[in-house]
Amino acid sequence: MIEIFLQKKLNAPSGKMLLDIKTDIEPGKFVTLYGKSGAGKTSTLRILAGLLKPDFGKISIHGNVLLDSAQKIYLPPQKRKIGFVFQDYALFPNMTIFENLSFALYKNQSKKILDELIEIMEIGDLQNQKPDRLSGGQQQRVAVARALVQKPELLLLDEPLSALDEEMRNKIQKYILQVHREFNLTTILISHDLAEVLKMSDEVLVLEEGKIIQSGNPIDVFSKEKLNGIFQVSGEIVKIKTEENILHLTILIGKDIAKIKVNNKEYSHLNQGDFITISSQDFSPKISKHK
Amino acid sequence: MDWEPLFLTFKLAFVTTIILLLVSIPLAYWLAFSKSKIKPIIETLVSMPLVLPPTVLGFYLLIAFSPSNGFGKWLDEWLGLRLVFSFEGLVFASVIYSLPFMVHPIQSGFSNLSKSLLEASYMLGKSKITTLSRVLLPNIKSSLLTGIVLAFAHTIGEFGVVLMIGGNMPGVTKVASIAIYDEVESLNYAAANSYSLILFALTFSILLLVYMVNGGYLKRFWK
Repeated sequence: MIEIFLQKKLNAPSGKMLLDIKTDIEPGKFVTLYGKSGAGKTSTLRILAGLLKPDFGKISIHGNVLLDSAQKIYLPPQKRKIGFVFQDYALFPNMTIFENLSFALYKNQSKKILDELIEIMEIGDLQNQKPDRLSGGQQQRVAVARALVQKPELLLLDEPLSALDEEMRNKIQKYILQVHREFNLTTILISHDLAEVLKMSDEVLVLEEGKIIQSGNPIDVFSKEKLNGIFQVSGEIVKIKTEENILHLTILIGKDIAKIKVNNKEYSHLNQGDFITISSQDFSPKISKHK
Repeated sequence: MDWEPLFLTFKLAFVTTIILLLVSIPLAYWLAFSKSKIKPIIETLVSMPLVLPPTVLGFYLLIAFSPSNGFGKWLDEWLGLRLVFSFEGLVFASVIYSLPFMVHPIQSGFSNLSKSLLEASYMLGKSKITTLSRVLLPNIKSSLLTGIVLAFAHTIGEFGVVLMIGGNMPGVTKVASIAIYDEVESLNYAAANSYSLILFALTFSILLLVYMVNGGYLKRFWK
């Protein structure tokens, strides 16, 4: 069991904020931290890693205490068995890919693990390249591999997929899930992409203003928020045209554009740029069959 | 022409640069990464030689190290070290005088590195020393080169401090810049000109080399 309790005053963009997290994570689980930027996700991860000191807290992994402010225990990042994948990958530019990986070995560690990781992450062809010759997705695979060389008990991923295009993102998600299972890891991933959370995680912690406001199975968590209805879609209003009593809304839903007409009186509060959810109630949907 | 002042100049610049490199790496590291409250004071002290007249620095060093005063006397009696009118004194003064030229490039090299490189190395269990030698320093090679060359060239060019604390003793403290002054004083323009030309050509070539290396011109040429 990974027990986490931490408190720290942070300077968030919206002013001072108290980060106050208390949660237990079962070993082997894939957990995502979900929330807006500035909610305290990265700070939480950095405190777990030992890169940021909390004002108060206690963290233990399987009974090993990493941090206990009451007893003044504070293990430096070097002594925590934690793998960390940075948002900017943080590959060492002066080393080749293979050197990046072998630098990660601890003293007298067998090099066998390197071959294994190179095979799983399919980075064999890149071994002798320097990081600046690699694409974002390739660098990301190397960064994940490097974080796993020392076989950590906990893998932390700080929003590693946000800079990648969708295709590459899907691919890396698969790699991450694969190593999560094969290495028996407990993994914490930061994400603000709902699809990613649903796809990857066993458990989601929703953070707002430094606190966990919801937690549990992602499907349960996210369907609770939703209206009662058979289906709903969310999107952004990109254009509004008023015509007598009718509003013509142009809505961007994912990659698709939808146009819908609504009554002006009822919806006059809508503005361009608003995010809206359109739902259809039971028994009154309009359905058309694809040919 | 007497080659001794030139030889002495390069010996001084060489020794000074080596000592500066050893001193500046830890100092620049501290300045780049520390959040200490006294940091602005140290930063100011390091930068002082940039704006202070060299004669002011030389004057205080002369007073401090004079064997007739407390500290100078102590150095003389206990360590057998006399820092006025000696080569050792020149080295000491040059180290202080050229300090910002070595520290500033290295410090900005460290600061420009992504902080996550350092943190990634810590997360891989590497100590601060290992991180410094295997990750940080190899990634700021051009800053190191700039620092080394600027400090070297600046030491070659110094005059005021050297004159104040070292005087004009042939073979001991009479470096090229002082020899030029000396020759001009005795209206020996030809000799002054040869020293000057040599210094001009050498410093020009050194700086040109740095800009070519750091600008990647040489690499392109070799490819």
